[in-house]
Amino acid sequence: MTQQTTAKQASQASSPYLPRVAKVADKQKFTDGEMWLRLAFTDGGGIEYKAGQFMEVSVYGIGEAPISICSAPGKRDDLEMCVRAVGDVTATIHQHEVGQTIGLRGPFGNGFDMGQVAGMDLLFVAGGLGLAPCRSFILDALNNRDRFSKVTILYGARSPRDLLYRNDLQEWSNRKDCDFMMTVDRGDQTWTGNTGVITTLFRKIPKVDPANTAAFIIGPPVMFKFAVLEALGLGMRKQNIYCSLERRMKCGLGKCGHCQIRNVYVCQEGPIFSYAEVMRLREGI
Amino acid sequence: MLPRILRKDAFEGFVEFLMGKYRVFAPVAKGPQYAFARIETPQQIAGIRMDYTQTILPPKKLLMPQYEDLLSFTGRGPEGVSSEIKAEPTAILGAHPYDLHGLATTDKAMCLAPLDPYYRARRDQAFLVGVNMSAYINEHQFMADMGTLEPAEGGFDLFLTDLGDRYYVEIGSEAGSELAKASGACGPARPEDHSDKQAYDVDKAANCPKRLPYSIRYLGELLDSSYDSLLWDALSKRCFSCGTCTNVCPTCYCFDVQDKPNLDGRSGVRQRRWDSCQLKSFAEVAGGENFREDRSNRLRHRIFRKGKFILERTGKLGCVGCGRCSLHCVANISILEALQQIADQKVALDA
Repeated sequence: MTQQTTAKQASQASSPYLPRVAKVADKQKFTDGEMWLRLAFTDGGGIEYKAGQFMEVSVYGIGEAPISICSAPGKRDDLEMCVRAVGDVTATIHQHEVGQTIGLRGPFGNGFDMGQVAGMDLLFVAGGLGLAPCRSFILDALNNRDRFSKVTILYGARSPRDLLYRNDLQEWSNRKDCDFMMTVDRGDQTWTGNTGVITTLFRKIPKVDPANTAAFIIGPPVMFKFAVLEALGLGMRKQNIYCSLERRMKCGLGKCGHCQIRNVYVCQEGPIFSYAEVMRLREGI
Repeated sequence: MLPRILRKDAFEGFVEFLMGKYRVFAPVAKGPQYAFARIETPQQIAGIRMDYTQTILPPKKLLMPQYEDLLSFTGRGPEGVSSEIKAEPTAILGAHPYDLHGLATTDKAMCLAPLDPYYRARRDQAFLVGVNMSAYINEHQFMADMGTLEPAEGGFDLFLTDLGDRYYVEIGSEAGSELAKASGACGPARPEDHSDKQAYDVDKAANCPKRLPYSIRYLGELLDSSYDSLLWDALSKRCFSCGTCTNVCPTCYCFDVQDKPNLDGRSGVRQRRWDSCQLKSFAEVAGGENFREDRSNRLRHRIFRKGKFILERTGKLGCVGCGRCSLHCVANISILEALQQIADQKVALDA
């Protein structure tokens, strides 16, 4: 007779796929396709995360999607994300009402400790939705402003209708302790700012000390390719240029394999890589 | 722990004893092929084919099922989401040495931090009885090169070698030793048993030659220097991206996770199922960008995983030389030929 037994150890093991419960504390529609949400944990546990990390967000019955955290890092009760509706899960998240609960797992990814670039000049280059993860780096720097030298922020969007975080953009352009510039690929009748791709802003930034500058370039792969060329053209070092390489994430645990870039699991050793590492990855860009 | 002897006329009693403690899976014939199947009644013991050539699917399917429920949910929200991690004692009877190496790899890979508790639970309840192989079964196998003709230390509980009218039983663990003793089916090995086993090993070595033109300690570097080779384009021209290779591979363990709602539209399960890096959509993200759109990139990625990346990440073999992928490939793409050809290529990144 075969006995059915449950290993004591195994039954006490907890599944890393179980969610924590968070509530939608606040939401704001940024554009037709992008929604900003603030999510607060209801279990009293809070969260601690670094710039560049991401969460896996669940809508049960539909699926789970990896979304970057866009709020300032640290130990806190809540976090923010900017969700673009590209599929079933994200479209449903857009419909969530304030007060509605949602399942979160994380934080995942290596993230980036801004302490690593203390004392350096910082150059943030954010393209499109890349501004969301980039914002967690920017806020970390601005909230600890005296740890860094010059801070320059460049942002490019496709059109004025696609601008995200308008309040932050306004605030950053008013600040005296950083240089903020933005551009849109194509303006409209009311647009009076810069037009052109984000690389055109590189002509306008104040003089950079290439040996002492760390660049954070976050945006679509094609933007990254050209922005890196600009950064290298200014004399910056490959190991001081950072990016967020996003891939298809599923488990977030380095097991399912979807996020592999050559020998690296982006959910474990990434998504933040220096350009020197990206070059070694070959398949990376 | 010294080797024992299990006479073939005591084999049935041994298996019955095993069935009293475990769910037993053993190789049985399915038409002209073989597969690991559950031995549920004593009558089925006669159908066990310890002399089998090779199963289509490796025994990984017993520790990593093709479909597995990770969570169950009762609605859209995270309340009421639960998971049940349980396993039943399972004996894998008759795994070839290379398949035991495959299990050692999936063991290590699934238990890298953060470890997978579902796999761990099943592995903790598993009892491994290997059976020796005496010769290659086709032109695709190269276990001699990969060092998988013998099971690894600690990679089995019992290991049987067929000596004609009896099995030579090597003990690989405390659990194996206890079971062999408790079954009452094993006797001590005598000098002629040891010498018959030696003779078996000599024959086996002659039947299983090395087939790669280089030692596998150079495999990683040869792969690196072949990264830009046209070999991958050439091979991928006939690849269907069907995923058969990953399906039958003992060291492939990638999976997808999907929600399966019930008919009530509210409750359901979050389920994982085998997936393949060879399928076109494996590296495709929402929004449409596909990071491995080219078939030759996917094929190259697989060979690199097998020959280099898995070894680097886990310290265990990414390819055990079983030849299943080559045997079952619809397009006759052979990993052995690919690994032979990378040594022929003149392409190198630097001298």
